[in-house]
Amino acid sequence: MVVNSVHWFRKGLRLHDNPALQEALNSADTVRCVYILDPWFAGSANVGINRWRFLLESLEDLDSSLRKLDSRLFVVRGQPANVFPSLFKEWNVTRLTFEYDSEPYGKERDGAIIKMAQEFGVETIVRNSHTLYNLDRIVEMNNGSPPLTFKRFQALVNRLELPMKPLPTITQEQMGSCRTKIADNHDEHYSVPSLEELGFKTQGLDPAVWKGGESEALERLNKHLDRKAWVASFERARINMCSLIASPTGLSPYLRFGCLSCRVFYYNLRELYMKLRKNCSPPLSLFGQLLWREFFYAAGTNNPNFDRMEGNPICVQIPWDHNPEALAKWAEGSTGFPWIDAIMTQLRQEGWIHHLARHAVACFLTRGDLWISWESGMRVFEELLLDADWSVNAGSWMWLSCSAFFQQFFHCYCPVGFGRRTDPSGDYIRRYIPKLKDYPNRYIYEPWRAPESVQKAANCIVGVDYPKPMINHAEGSRLNIERMKQVYQQLSHYRGLSLLASVPTIQEEAEPPPTDDSQASSSTCESPPHTSSAQSNTLKRGRSSEPQSTQMCTHTKHQHTSTAKGDQVQQQEQWEEQSEHQPVDLQ
Amino acid sequence: MKRVKGDEDACSSSSEGPTESCKKVRKLQPSKEKHQEEEEETDVDLCEFGFDWALLPQEILLNIFQFLPLLDRAYASQVCRGWNQAFHMPELWRCFEFELNQPASSYLKATHPDLIKQIIKRHSNHLQYVSFKVDSSTESAEAACDILSQLVNCSLKTLGLISTARPSFMELPKSHFISALTVVFVNSKSLSSLKIDDTPVDDPSLKVLVANNSDTLRMLKMSSCPHVSPAGILCVADQCHGLRELALNYHLLSDELLLALSSEKHVHLEHLRIDVVSENPGQHFHTIRKSSWDAMLRHSPKFNLVMYFFLYEDEFGPFFREEVPITHLYFGRSVSKDVLGRVGLHCPRLVELVVCANGLRPLDEELIRIAKRCTQLSAIGLGECEVSCSAFVEFVKMCGRRLSQLSIMEEVLIPDHKYNLDEIHWEVSKHLGRVWFPDMMPTW
Repeated sequence: MVVNSVHWFRKGLRLHDNPALQEALNSADTVRCVYILDPWFAGSANVGINRWRFLLESLEDLDSSLRKLDSRLFVVRGQPANVFPSLFKEWNVTRLTFEYDSEPYGKERDGAIIKMAQEFGVETIVRNSHTLYNLDRIVEMNNGSPPLTFKRFQALVNRLELPMKPLPTITQEQMGSCRTKIADNHDEHYSVPSLEELGFKTQGLDPAVWKGGESEALERLNKHLDRKAWVASFERARINMCSLIASPTGLSPYLRFGCLSCRVFYYNLRELYMKLRKNCSPPLSLFGQLLWREFFYAAGTNNPNFDRMEGNPICVQIPWDHNPEALAKWAEGSTGFPWIDAIMTQLRQEGWIHHLARHAVACFLTRGDLWISWESGMRVFEELLLDADWSVNAGSWMWLSCSAFFQQFFHCYCPVGFGRRTDPSGDYIRRYIPKLKDYPNRYIYEPWRAPESVQKAANCIVGVDYPKPMINHAEGSRLNIERMKQVYQQLSHYRGLSLLASVPTIQEEAEPPPTDDSQASSSTCESPPHTSSAQSNTLKRGRSSEPQSTQMCTHTKHQHTSTAKGDQVQQQEQWEEQSEHQPVDLQ
Repeated sequence: MKRVKGDEDACSSSSEGPTESCKKVRKLQPSKEKHQEEEEETDVDLCEFGFDWALLPQEILLNIFQFLPLLDRAYASQVCRGWNQAFHMPELWRCFEFELNQPASSYLKATHPDLIKQIIKRHSNHLQYVSFKVDSSTESAEAACDILSQLVNCSLKTLGLISTARPSFMELPKSHFISALTVVFVNSKSLSSLKIDDTPVDDPSLKVLVANNSDTLRMLKMSSCPHVSPAGILCVADQCHGLRELALNYHLLSDELLLALSSEKHVHLEHLRIDVVSENPGQHFHTIRKSSWDAMLRHSPKFNLVMYFFLYEDEFGPFFREEVPITHLYFGRSVSKDVLGRVGLHCPRLVELVVCANGLRPLDEELIRIAKRCTQLSAIGLGECEVSCSAFVEFVKMCGRRLSQLSIMEEVLIPDHKYNLDEIHWEVSKHLGRVWFPDMMPTW
C-alpha cells in the first residue's frame, strides 16, 4: 500500500526532536511538510509585525533546511478546515501527522480535522512534543483537576519519570526514501509569504532583534550552555541593566514557536549540570522557566475560559475598571513613569522584555496602579510579545494581577523604586526613552521631581516634552490594596494568606452576631471570621463525599452574583487545600 | 442539600404536573419508604389529601430561604402565594448589598433597578445592614446617593459606601452627597458602624451624625476624606463614647484626639487605623507626643494601632523617633534601613510588619533587632528588599514558631556562604515547625 504523508507544522517549527514528523517519514512513499496560513486573517488578527516576522523567518529557515534534504516546505494559504479536503484529494494523502496541541482552542480544531481526515480515509498520528510532560497525566494525578499552585505542580512532577528523551534530527536518508517531487512552480503556490503579502508596511522597520528559526535557536542554545558552563553556576543570576536587554542567549521565543525543543533544552541542561557537579542529580529549580511553562499549560489545558475573567472557574472576580484612555497610555508607553514607558517601548520595538519587567508593567496596569483588567494587558502582550503563548500569557497575567494561583497581594512593584533598584544607572531608560537621556541619575526614574532648572538643562520639560505621571502612585496603591482586601475578604474561607487581610477589625461585631434568628442577615454581609473558618471546615468535609454540597453553603456568601462566584469559591478552597501547611518531616 | 439537584427538581416538577411533584415529596421522606406499589398508592393519596409545598410552616421556609441566594429566592417566590409571602419576610431583608455598576465602566453585574425599587418600596424599613458597592462611574455614585436619600423610614445599624474601582463618590457635588448621607444619619438614630472611606463627607455632616447617633456609634472608617478637619473628628471622639474602632488619615490625628479617646467616659478603643499618605513629594508631617500615646495605651491597653505608610523615603523624619504603640505596620513604598532600625527600637508592641520595598543594602541587622525587641511579632512580609540567607535564618530562629505568617519573595533572600536557596527552605521550616517556602513569581 502506498503511504503518502502530510506533516502539518503549527508550533514545533523544527526538524530536530519532532516525533510527529518522524511518524510521517516512517516507511512512507512521499512526505509533504505543510504550514497553513491565512493571509486575510493575518492583517486583522491581533498579532503584531514582530511576531509575524519571527514566524515567517522560522518558516524560511524550515524551508531552507528542507531544501538541504531535497524537500520543501508547502505554505498553503487558507484555513485548515477548508484547505485539507482539497489537499487530501490532490495529493492522495493517506497519513496526516502533527504535534499535539494542549490548548482548548487547538484541541477543538484538531478534533475536527481528525474527524475530517477519518472521513477521507486518512490516518492521523499525533505526538506530544511541545511540553515536557503529558499534561493530562498531571491533571489525572491531581485527581482530575489541574494543580493550581506551583509547589503542588512541582510535587507532582517530582513523582513523574523523566521527560521522554529527544529524538534526533531528520536525516538525508530518511527524507531520501520518501522524496516528493517538487513542482517547478512550487514557489508560485507554496512559498513563505512576505510581510508585505500579509499586509504589513515594512518601510522603516528596524532589523529584528530576535531572528526566528530553528538554526538560530540551536546556535543560541549552544551559547546559552557555554555561558552556563563558563559561569559554572546554576543559581539565579542577580538582575541588572544587562539582564533587561535582549540577550543572544535568550531562548523563550524559540520555545514558544517550537524552533527549539523543550526536551532538548531540558536534557542539555541536565547533562551539563551533571558534568559540572560530578553526577549530582539536578534540582527541579534548574528547570525553572521550563516548569513554569508546563505549569501554565497544565492549568489551561481543560479550561476554554482560561484567558478571561468571566466564566473562568480559577479566576477571582475583581471589579476592574474600564478605562480605555489609561489603557492606551500604558500600551503606548506614555504613562509618565520612565521605568514603565521604557519597558513598553522595548516590548513594542523588540518583542521581548525581561520577566521582572513583565511583572513591573503587569502590576502597574492591574492591581498596582491603574486597576485595569489583566485581560486588556494580556491582549497587548499577545500582540507584541514574541514568546506570548495562550496559556502562559493568560496564566502569567492572572498570576501577576493576583487573580488566581493563590497570590500574596500585599506587595505592589513601585514604578519608580523597582526600576531604580534594578538599574541604578538609568541607562536602560536612556536607551529606550532618548528624550530623557540628559537627566541626572537622581531624577531619571521620576523626572517630575526634578527642579525646573534641571529639566531645562536636560532639554526635556515634564508636561511638555515628556508626560507627567498619569497617577499618584502612593494614593493609587493605597486604594488598590484596600480593594484587593475587599475582594479577598469576601471569599469567605480565604484564610488570611494576606498579611493585610489578617489585621483584626471589629467591623464584624457591629454586624449581627451569628445567632439563630439573625442567620439571615449574616448571609449577605461579609461574614465574621470565626463563622467563616468553621464553614470552611464543613465545606472541606462536605467536598470529599458530596461535591455539590459546597455550592449550597458557599452561596450564602454570594448573594446576587450567580454561579460564577460559586465556582470560584470552590476553586479557592482547592487552593487552600493545596497550599495547606503540612507538618515537617525533618528526617 | 444539593442545589443543582434541587434546581432540576424545581424545573421538572413544573413541567410534569402535580402527581410527579408529589412523588418527589414522598421520596424526600425516607422514613415512609415502602414497596413501589404502595408508594404509588400513597402518592395518589397525598395528592388527594392536598399535600402542598405551600403548607410548609413559615419558620421552616424562612430557614430554607436564608440559605438561598437572592436570585434563587426570587425564582422560588414565583411558585405560590405562600412562598411569595415568605420572600418578603422582613428577616430576609435586614441586610442588603447594593451593587451599582455601569456596563461601560465595570465587568460585574449590577443589582437590578426593579429590585432596587421594590426594596425601597417594600423593605426599606427592614433594612439594617446596608452596603453600596460602586464602580468608577459618577453615575453609580449618584445612584447610590439617590437610594440613600430615599431611605427615610429606615433605621440602619451599619452603612458602608465602597468604591470598588476609583473613588467615585469624590466626583459628586459635595452638597449632593452630604444631603443624601445626612438623611441616613438623621433617620437612623442607632447607627453603629459606618464605613465612608474616600468620600466628600465634611465636618458639619459629622456633627449631624454625632447629634443623632452618639450613643450607638461603635465603628467609623473614614480614610482619605479630605473635607474633614481635625476638629471635625475631635467632635466625634468627644461625644461618641462607645467608639471602638476608628480609621482615618494621619493629618486628622492629633494629641487632642488621642486624649479624647482615652478620656474616662470613653470605652476602650480596640482598633485605630492611620494612613500616612504623601500628597506631594517632600511633604512635612507633624508629630504626636509620646505622652498622648501613653495615655491611649493606659486607657486601652489592648488596642491595635495599625499604620499604613505610603511615603517617600525622605518624609519619614518625624516618625519612630520615640516609642509608639504600633501593632501592625505596613510600608507601601520604599523605606530606609535607618527607619527600619528605628522601628526595631521603638515599636515593642509590633505584631505584623510588611515592607514592600527597601534600598539595595541587606536588612540583616534591622531584622535581627526587630526579632529581639519586638517580642510579639508574629507575621512579616517582605517585597523588594534584600536579606542574607543566614541573617534570615537567624531571624526565624529567634522568632520561632510564633511567626505564623512569613511571606518573603524569593528574590529577597541572598545566598551566602552558609545557605543557598535550596537549603534555606529546610532550615526555616525546621525553626517554624511547618513546611515553608519563599513566595515565587513566574519566570516568564
